[in-house]
Amino acid sequence: MTFLQRLLTNPRSRVLLGFALAAVLLFAVAPATMSTFRLNLLAKFLCLAMVAVGIGLAWGRGGMLTLGQGVFFGLGAYIMAMHLKLADAGPGGVPDFMMLYGSGVVPAWWEPLRNPVLAVLLVVLVPTALAVVLGLAMFRRRVRGAYFAILSQALAAAFAILLVGQQATTGGTNGLNGFRSFFGFDLTDPVNKRMLFFIAAGTLLVMVAVVRQLMLSRFGELLVAVRDQENRVRFLGYDPATIKVVAYAAAAAMAGIGGALFVPVVGIVSPADVGVVPSIGFLIGVAIGGRATLLGPVLGAVAVSWAQTSLSEQFPSGWIYFQGALFVLVVAFLPGGLASLVSRWARRRSAPPAPGAPAAGLAPEEAPVVGRSA
Amino acid sequence: MDVLFSQLFAGLSLGSVLLLAALGLALTFGQMGVINMAHGELMMAGAYTAFVVQGVVSDAGLSLLVSLPVGFLVGGLLGLLLEVTLISRMYRRPLDTLLVTWGVALVLQQVARDVFGAPNVDVRAPSWLSGAVEIFGVGMPRTRVFILVLALVCVGVLALVLRTTPLGRRIRAVVQNRDLAEASGISTRRTDRLTFFIGSGVAGVAGVALTLLGSIGPTLGTNYIVDAFLVVVAGGIGQIKGTVIAAFGLGILQATFEYSTTASVAKVLVFVVIVLFLQVRPQGLVTVRTRSLA
Amino acid sequence: MATSRATARALPAATLVLALVLSGCGARTDASGGSASSAAASCVDVSGDSVKIGLLNSLSGTMAISEQTVHDSLRLAVAEINADGGVLGKQLEVVAEDGASEPTTFAEKAEKLITDDCTAAVFGGWTSASRKAMLPVFENNDALLFYPVQYEGLESSPNIFYTGATTNQQIVPALDYLKEQGATSIFLVGSDYVFPRTANKIINAYAEANGIEVLGEEYAPLGHTDFSTIVNKVKAAGADAVFNTLNGDSNVAFFKEYKNAGLGPDAMPVVSVSIAEEEVGGIGIENVEGQLTAWNYYQTIDSPENTTFVEAFKAEYGDDRVTSDPMEAAYASVYLWKGMVEKAKSFAVGDIQEAAGGVTFDAPEGTVTVDGENHHIAKTALIGKIGPDGLIHTEWSSGEPIEPDPFLTGYDWAEGLS
Repeated sequence: MTFLQRLLTNPRSRVLLGFALAAVLLFAVAPATMSTFRLNLLAKFLCLAMVAVGIGLAWGRGGMLTLGQGVFFGLGAYIMAMHLKLADAGPGGVPDFMMLYGSGVVPAWWEPLRNPVLAVLLVVLVPTALAVVLGLAMFRRRVRGAYFAILSQALAAAFAILLVGQQATTGGTNGLNGFRSFFGFDLTDPVNKRMLFFIAAGTLLVMVAVVRQLMLSRFGELLVAVRDQENRVRFLGYDPATIKVVAYAAAAAMAGIGGALFVPVVGIVSPADVGVVPSIGFLIGVAIGGRATLLGPVLGAVAVSWAQTSLSEQFPSGWIYFQGALFVLVVAFLPGGLASLVSRWARRRSAPPAPGAPAAGLAPEEAPVVGRSA
Repeated sequence: MDVLFSQLFAGLSLGSVLLLAALGLALTFGQMGVINMAHGELMMAGAYTAFVVQGVVSDAGLSLLVSLPVGFLVGGLLGLLLEVTLISRMYRRPLDTLLVTWGVALVLQQVARDVFGAPNVDVRAPSWLSGAVEIFGVGMPRTRVFILVLALVCVGVLALVLRTTPLGRRIRAVVQNRDLAEASGISTRRTDRLTFFIGSGVAGVAGVALTLLGSIGPTLGTNYIVDAFLVVVAGGIGQIKGTVIAAFGLGILQATFEYSTTASVAKVLVFVVIVLFLQVRPQGLVTVRTRSLA
Repeated sequence: MATSRATARALPAATLVLALVLSGCGARTDASGGSASSAAASCVDVSGDSVKIGLLNSLSGTMAISEQTVHDSLRLAVAEINADGGVLGKQLEVVAEDGASEPTTFAEKAEKLITDDCTAAVFGGWTSASRKAMLPVFENNDALLFYPVQYEGLESSPNIFYTGATTNQQIVPALDYLKEQGATSIFLVGSDYVFPRTANKIINAYAEANGIEVLGEEYAPLGHTDFSTIVNKVKAAGADAVFNTLNGDSNVAFFKEYKNAGLGPDAMPVVSVSIAEEEVGGIGIENVEGQLTAWNYYQTIDSPENTTFVEAFKAEYGDDRVTSDPMEAAYASVYLWKGMVEKAKSFAVGDIQEAAGGVTFDAPEGTVTVDGENHHIAKTALIGKIGPDGLIHTEWSSGEPIEPDPFLTGYDWAEGLS
């Protein structure tokens, strides 16, 4: 066995190699070959992929189909946007849109966000805290399956309506935009746009590493167990609600961070980015890529957003057919996503399954609520 | 006093719209556990049916009466097609049906856009439905009274079918215990198909009725789907009774909140009420007693 | 397993360090580079015999209904100009992008049209949200946007030309008209977003100064479909007229409810500022016949320019199509840009901004003139009545073009609004 062969067959070094390859692609190849505009687009896709990583954990591993991830994405994004607005306005200053549509006075709940450190902390803390509260309320009362999905969707709808209604303090349908600087760095400077891309790429890699860690841990195994047989886990003496809340909160935190980075990269956040439709949109990439795998959601999210941007330019209506059809076919006939094709192929090549991927395919989901009754 | 009455009526009327939208869902989701996100698009298909029928039958009154059964057929057949091609393969994966049907909804909307054009179309209301009727000195729009009656008739017919006909017995048997029903010779496949056909047909009828109130465009369904699901969830699955109570309850609640605050705030408040309510009764208003652990 | 966990734990740390080092690089470069805030020089290529322009309209999503029509009329103008020899002898090459009815997409596609496609000017946008989203993009890249829709005013950017009406060319004349008709009280109904809220702020100020009582102000979320409560409130208030700033589908539900509640143009007329010829068919003529609208252009305007425009449009897109105010403003915007380029003898943004003031075009609505200061155009205000033919017929006219005044500085009652 040569060194290279050993490197490629050893699962541990394969993972390291994978990370190294991703790092090289993101930090060296992409910046060298792409224009500032395309690189910025890729940074946006990476932000969306962060949400997808969280969904992969909560839905793929935990079986919680969350149709309201836009809420957490939106919270992170709006907190960051509010901070940037206040920072642009200067100490004691009032953001421009408040002069136009509001009373010209900064409301008290905006004030803490003047502090950059606090703003960064809140980007993570607020979505996490909301997820914990909602999670406890729902999972302890054993709201799950379809009920959970529908409630989380209604939550996204309510959140968007609330944002639109409070025009004087949230910018209404316009959302918040026109940021000039990001923690002191001029946002119009291409060099700083590049810096933002690096931050997004680095954050995403960290998230993937964290989720990998979680998946391999005892917690990750319990989470899958809860997804497949919640009651048996309960009978074994674990509290499924706590396990679910942790996964839900982790997904929320990742969505929040993704939202916070989305704001300086894209330069705007509006209710159209957080409502029902974008919330389901987050799921498309995850489902197509492979919900229960580590990299499926990331690659799926990036690929779908990229396809949307480039294909919708040429065929706005054809794109919708294509997206809808692909989504339907993958979910109906290939529930493991495209990633399951890869693992199937790998399994056929080497008879014993790889130890690193215990649940690469999709385990059977919860049986229908009604079907089990009586 | 007038305001009280007219608001009460507004609430009941909103409730009847919600009921029409949710009734089909209560069957397909409540009885079969299938989350059909394309339900709204079946309503849209019903609405466009009314538009097409009006092109053939020019008299507005006659065309409305023709549209109701035709809309039922169009909605039902579309639903049946959906069931046979996709949903029947996924009864053990309810969450995946949600996603698949959402993809179908996306495609159906685009089909409507390409066939009928993106702008809204108009369906004329018959002359006998224009204006208002006076009850207790309060003017109630005839269209809304009509929809209220239609919703109640639909509920009545559905309850009658479920309670007295052989089909209804089979449906109830399958809902209560699928395996035992199968063992006693009921074709669960056929029953599922028929249930889905009826549920989707009701969506078509709802779509025809909605042409009297709102816009007829490709996105008609999306405006109602979230609310309709909330009604079914709050009502509890498995029984039509819960859906009826929840629909009227939420309608009156929305109208009351809207009167005292604004339409936006009212929507958010209604959502908060539902979440709090599910804290008290996680299975909804009316539940079927089962031995399951859920 | 134990070793694999250790590696897994090391990974995040390593990645984090890498990210920090690299982002540190980015930051340092900036510090040494100083404030390079002005973007890279324009990349517009004018050396060949054609020049690129961008069209940015929502061709999908909820706004596609309206924006497709603007897109069509922009294309008509471009085709006419190309057939006529182009601009400064150069043919126009269209790069079309889909805004997808989302502000975020508008910002992204605007950036693409400017920096990636290198277009000389961009035409499009509809909602206030889409314009606000694009504004910083055009200012940062020092590029030009032509925005063709009436809007809420209180804005003026050197990089945007507003060819639709500002408030003093649409809302204020509509209020003047109502006052002239003897209205002493009004009720405000609008969608819950920027334009209606700002418009109603202005209406409130006007009403207070002119002795008109505002009996109520109601907002419906976008896409709201049940207007029974709002119509109940309107009916109970019993105002002389309703001022309607609802958007899109909501108008259908509102007017159906309004008619069914027994209200109509005789008892309580509704003045709408977002219903044009395009929308009338979808609402149903029988539901809006006799109601009022405020715009600067109607298809029924009797002038040779308009006859040519309407005929050309129908020849291109079909006899059943109608023309509306935003379509006309979009059509005019391409010609105005052509006029500016030809006056400046240059496609450069700075030269165009300098030359813009005083450029005129004999538009279908009448002659329009660009204001070099605020980049709006002078337009004639028209109050129209929806006829049984589904078209809108002029009921009242301001007679001559009204100078644009986006910040309403010429009106005493508007003090403190901006």
